[in-house]
Amino acid sequence: MASSGIKDQVAIIGMGCTRFGERWDMGVDDLLTDAATDAAASAGMSIHDIDAFWLGTMTSGVCGVTLSRPLKLDYKPVTRVENYCATGSEAFRNACYAVASGAYDTAMAIGVEKLKDTGFSGLTGIRPVGDGTDPGLSSPAAFSFLSPSYAHRYGVDRDQLKEVMGRIAFKNHQNGARNPRAQFQKEVSLETIAKAPLVAGDLGVFDCSGVSDGSAAAIICRAADAHRYCENPLYVKALSFVAGPAAGPIDPDYDYTTFEEVVRSAADAYAQAGITEPRAQLAMAEVHDCFTPTELVLMEDLGFAERGTAWKEVLEGTFDRDGDLPVNPDGGLKSFGHPIGASGLRMLFECWLQLRGEAPADRQINTVGPGRTLGLTHNLGGAPGEGVSFVGIVGTELG
Amino acid sequence: MSGGITAWGTYLPYWRLQRSAIASTLGGGGGRGTRAVASYDEDTTTLGVEAARHALAAGPGSGAVQDLFLSTPDPGYLDKTSATTVHAALGLGRASGAYDFTGASRSAIATLLQALASAGGGRTTLAVLSDLRTGLAGSAEERDSGDGAAAFACGPEGAVAELVGRGAASDEFLDRWRVPGEADSHVWEERFGEELYVPLAREAFAASLKDAGLAEGDVDHAIVTGLHVRAVKATASGLGVRDGVLAPDLIGAVGNLGAAHAGVALCDVLERAEPGQVIAVLSLADGADSLILRTTDALVGAQRARAEAGVPTVAEQVAAGRDDLTYPTFLTWRGQLRREPPRRPDPERPGAPTVHRSEEWKYGFVASRCLVCGFRHMPPTRACLACHAIDQMAPERLADVPGTVATFTIDHLAYSMSPPVVGVIVDFDGGGRYRCEMTDVRASELSMGDRVAMTFRRVWTAQGVHNYFWKARPATDQVAPSGAEGDGAGEPKRGE
Repeated sequence: MASSGIKDQVAIIGMGCTRFGERWDMGVDDLLTDAATDAAASAGMSIHDIDAFWLGTMTSGVCGVTLSRPLKLDYKPVTRVENYCATGSEAFRNACYAVASGAYDTAMAIGVEKLKDTGFSGLTGIRPVGDGTDPGLSSPAAFSFLSPSYAHRYGVDRDQLKEVMGRIAFKNHQNGARNPRAQFQKEVSLETIAKAPLVAGDLGVFDCSGVSDGSAAAIICRAADAHRYCENPLYVKALSFVAGPAAGPIDPDYDYTTFEEVVRSAADAYAQAGITEPRAQLAMAEVHDCFTPTELVLMEDLGFAERGTAWKEVLEGTFDRDGDLPVNPDGGLKSFGHPIGASGLRMLFECWLQLRGEAPADRQINTVGPGRTLGLTHNLGGAPGEGVSFVGIVGTELG
Repeated sequence: MSGGITAWGTYLPYWRLQRSAIASTLGGGGGRGTRAVASYDEDTTTLGVEAARHALAAGPGSGAVQDLFLSTPDPGYLDKTSATTVHAALGLGRASGAYDFTGASRSAIATLLQALASAGGGRTTLAVLSDLRTGLAGSAEERDSGDGAAAFACGPEGAVAELVGRGAASDEFLDRWRVPGEADSHVWEERFGEELYVPLAREAFAASLKDAGLAEGDVDHAIVTGLHVRAVKATASGLGVRDGVLAPDLIGAVGNLGAAHAGVALCDVLERAEPGQVIAVLSLADGADSLILRTTDALVGAQRARAEAGVPTVAEQVAAGRDDLTYPTFLTWRGQLRREPPRRPDPERPGAPTVHRSEEWKYGFVASRCLVCGFRHMPPTRACLACHAIDQMAPERLADVPGTVATFTIDHLAYSMSPPVVGVIVDFDGGGRYRCEMTDVRASELSMGDRVAMTFRRVWTAQGVHNYFWKARPATDQVAPSGAEGDGAGEPKRGE
């Protein structure tokens, strides 16, 4: 892929993130206001000092006025972006490019989603007028194709794989239990996870991410200016985004054990950042665990485990908060919740806390240190074989 | 007389309701045997499509059909023609006519007569007779009725049976009726109708024999049908035909199929008859109609061609039914039991222009194959996934191509009249993959590698618009011939 990237050209100088969850107390305007003002405060700025805004939301608003109205922004550029569940990362990516181009000194990327006001279970989308031929499977159903295929390809017993899935949910709930911003702040036993009612295929209730409300924001400036606002900024090392041709549902060769979009965007991001051994070089990763088998497959697609071995590594605790490579130390989509447009920026927020040593002691990861200063965020949108993928890498040091 | 029936096909839905299940729920009524039940995603239009596919599978190709007639007392729409849906699902030519004959049950036999008359005039017509009968919970109508369809191709050449005589008798009286908008029929006291029907039937039968120049003793197969059960019985016992000539009425296993019954019974006879035999079809509905048909030497070849094409016979479909449908499920499917819906948005009606643009795909299940590299695309696309060629595609109808289940899932969250939804990834023989819903299956009995065929269904109805499309179902067209009249209580027969 001919993408040269913008390594070390821009930096994050402030971030904010609301508590995620069933925010019956807050509307879209409130969530945006909280995330934006928190981010500005952490950069020591006013929101009116920011030159341009990128707003990510899938269903909670349409044009830029969705942000400029509640914040009463004075005639600033606000771009609303949407890219399924990668919407928050897409807002961030575009804001970074705007600053790197020199068009603006500072930009804010902010994501928001208000999912709980619909009264429906799971996600609901807005679709163009159709011809009625779409099978209309739910998101859990679309992702539930992964686990039996993985079990089949690698000769893992279906019951054992169910245990692996449970272990992923268990780990993410353990992490979320220590996070005051998470939707589900409690540990859940492996037994409870295993006995939960089925939603689709082998996926039980605890294999699915939390439907949630929330907002998160980041402020970006040129790397050279970062120390004017912030003592310890996060430098953007890589931004990769791909949309696949939606081959999975029509290609008999696709076997539902990988996301080609993730493989491609990871390779691109690692090349931009100069990473050759992601598992050793990254201090942490925030990945798109929309469903537990997704996290399993991502461990292989992102190069954290050899093909066919991630299930063993999960059971061995490799990706636990105190493991070789902590994955989703904030609880992930599973436990922190998944307000679509906010999730990509929430992932960055955890990198912001952990890499800069600002996470509370009871949940600070111990992998950050000399030679290990990078964090990865990964967003997936769509479904296996037909989606979009974002991989971003940030770090505390230049070079 | 020239021309006649050139091909035939039936469709009996997969599900059967044991009549005893009605009694065990309601505490009374019921009875013995089973009735055929259209699934929640079937209506008279889709039943008709399946019967017509069976007729065309070993008959004239769809290109030969010049007119399509669809007759049913329970049409999917008023004002709008449903025959055009059947026409599109069969992939018939744009230049062929498509007409509904709806309303009264008697329209069905008139439709067949009209198709035979057209054959005499040189046109090839596909006549489809379809019915779906419900009745109120606990009623005789519910217990004794059934759902099904029959289709006959009628043309000027290659007839397997020719119409050699007909007779009719009409009278105005109130026996069974329904005001437009009502879901259920009313019937007058049974003995009144019986007293009127029996002489009407005798007159029509006598007139048809006279028209054919035949006597009662010349009849080799006699079919007597009608929704008035007592009148049908009384008529049949007094026909004066030879012993053993009366065709089995099928009612014990599938129920009285209403407007479709005479057609289904005629198909059953054609599947067993020999060349040169005389078939009488006597239908009682607001009078009586009698058709005298004589089979030709072409019948044997047609029977063989159907067997080779794997088209299931009436007897095979009767035997293949699955009879463990629960009565509450039946009531739910028929809208008689209002159930808590999933906490999900209702489906949106499809847009008319969107649907029309994808007519070949949605109704005809026509995919596209890349002329450059051969990759098959479902749905059809202009750009090739494999080689990126643009607008180098040939259409390919895959409605009759079987496939294999690559993987599947059970979706407890998605909207359905009959949850959970079974989603399957199907790899089609000869290439191409499609993800769709699976029907006529219990999810617990499905496995990767199972063989499936496509079936035309009404996926859902939203804001007054029926959404028709194709689903996968277990491949049943390869059922081993049973050779016997089943009672519908047998084990399900599946797959290849």
